[in-house]
Amino acid sequence: MEKLLEEFSLGLFIWQTVLFVLLLLLLRKYAWKPILNAVNDREEGIKNALASAEEAKKEMQNITADNDRILKEARAERENLLKEARQIKDKIIADAKDEAQVQADKLIQQAKEAFETEKQAAVAELKKQVATLSVDIAEKVVREELGNKDKQLKLVEDMLGEATLN
Amino acid sequence: MHRFLDHHFYLCDMHRRLSEKVLAVLLLIFSYTAYAQHDESHAEEATGKTKKEEIKEYIQHHLKDSHDFSIGSYTNKEGEHVYIGFPLPVILWDEGLKVFSSSQFHHGETVAQAGGNYYKLYHNKIYRTDAAGTISYDEEHHPTNVKPLDLSITKSVLMIIITGILMFLLFRGLARSYTTNGGIAKGIGRFFEPIVLYIRDDIAIPNIGAKHYGKYMPYLLTIFFFIWFLNIFGLTPLGVNVTGNIAITFALALLTFLITNLTANKNYWMHIFWMPGVPWPMKIILAPIELLGVFIKPFSLLIRLYANMQAGHIVLMSLIGLMFIFKSWIGSPLSFGLAFAISLIEVLVAVLQAYIFTMLSALYFGFAVEEHDHEEAH
Repeated sequence: MEKLLEEFSLGLFIWQTVLFVLLLLLLRKYAWKPILNAVNDREEGIKNALASAEEAKKEMQNITADNDRILKEARAERENLLKEARQIKDKIIADAKDEAQVQADKLIQQAKEAFETEKQAAVAELKKQVATLSVDIAEKVVREELGNKDKQLKLVEDMLGEATLN
Repeated sequence: MHRFLDHHFYLCDMHRRLSEKVLAVLLLIFSYTAYAQHDESHAEEATGKTKKEEIKEYIQHHLKDSHDFSIGSYTNKEGEHVYIGFPLPVILWDEGLKVFSSSQFHHGETVAQAGGNYYKLYHNKIYRTDAAGTISYDEEHHPTNVKPLDLSITKSVLMIIITGILMFLLFRGLARSYTTNGGIAKGIGRFFEPIVLYIRDDIAIPNIGAKHYGKYMPYLLTIFFFIWFLNIFGLTPLGVNVTGNIAITFALALLTFLITNLTANKNYWMHIFWMPGVPWPMKIILAPIELLGVFIKPFSLLIRLYANMQAGHIVLMSLIGLMFIFKSWIGSPLSFGLAFAISLIEVLVAVLQAYIFTMLSALYFGFAVEEHDHEEAH
């Protein structure tokens, strides 16, 4: 202890204290504060950058989710449209079929009616011709077989009886 | 308090292990020197001074502050000492300011004259003498001459100034590089940025707390780099033992003491004089112990740094000295190897001691500003 006290130099102590305090004050003003501030700012900056990156990532995820949703919706829409179109097509076809059926039925009906009319006309014509023919025959018979009246009449009757008309 | 004790035990433990190592090395040296002494005692008797004594003197001289910057000395053919180095200014306050060059002392061989007074250098201290340079002693062989206030720019003061300038340029450069380089450190200062961050994140904030650490940061940073740089300078061949000087460590510890106690809050003083949560007789017993602790804490700082640096220099220089004592093919390389190994350890010790000083200062500041609810804490 005594040796330590003997070694103690007051002058050196004064110099050390003065110089150190001076150095401390100078460094505090010109070095430590700017350094610590710069480092803090940088750290804040990094923190902010990381936070905004995180935000961007989240946003990106949101956008992706949105995209997926929109895509899904679009797909559903397409599905719907196709379904509707199919329904419409089916309906059109069915309608067309019905219409055609009705038309066809109508045509057939008309054809049937026309046929019936023709048939009636034909039958009438035939009847008329048969009548004429009959008259002609009768005339001939009459002309040839006027003497043989009974026989002639019997012949007409036979002929008429044989002529089967429908 | 517990935290402090734990920490202290840990440090003590670390210290003990370190001192065991130092002791082992010292024992080794001692056995070697004893052996060497046996050899040389006859050979050197004629010159009056053995090599061993010369080395011892050298070490003693080196450990102390000096008034000139000597790098080395040798004895020439004519048998006179030739010193390599340069003188430093001597500044005395002795009935007025006296300034002269230390070369006037001729390394203590002659008397310097300044302003009508005569001064002589004796064991690195300046005494006022008569023109003949007579120094009178008391019965304990201590000089009784008047010792003027010595404010000389000694080797240590010069190194402090150089270190200060170096630190200022280095960290000013670092601070500037942030503004000129967009917040990114550039240049040589950038190597120290991680250390600055380490001191902030692992020394200041854990010990002082995020709320109060800011105002102590400049001191902690300055003290860490100051001690570290001076410790490293001490390991260079310049051989300046600044941090191993009691006046320096005292000044540093005093600052920590002053800052601790001047920034302390009510809670801190309460813990010293009226420990909360213990019965009142205990409070009375604890008060003087705690009060003593206020002084012991910085005292341990000053002794720890002083002793470590002093011991490191002694060990290292002894080992270097051994090379010259042995002068053999086995001994000298062996002591060279040892000296090399110790040098490496000393590099570690240099940063370790700076770290411990900073760490403990931060811890004490932490006590000074600690805030907690007593009723719950105890």
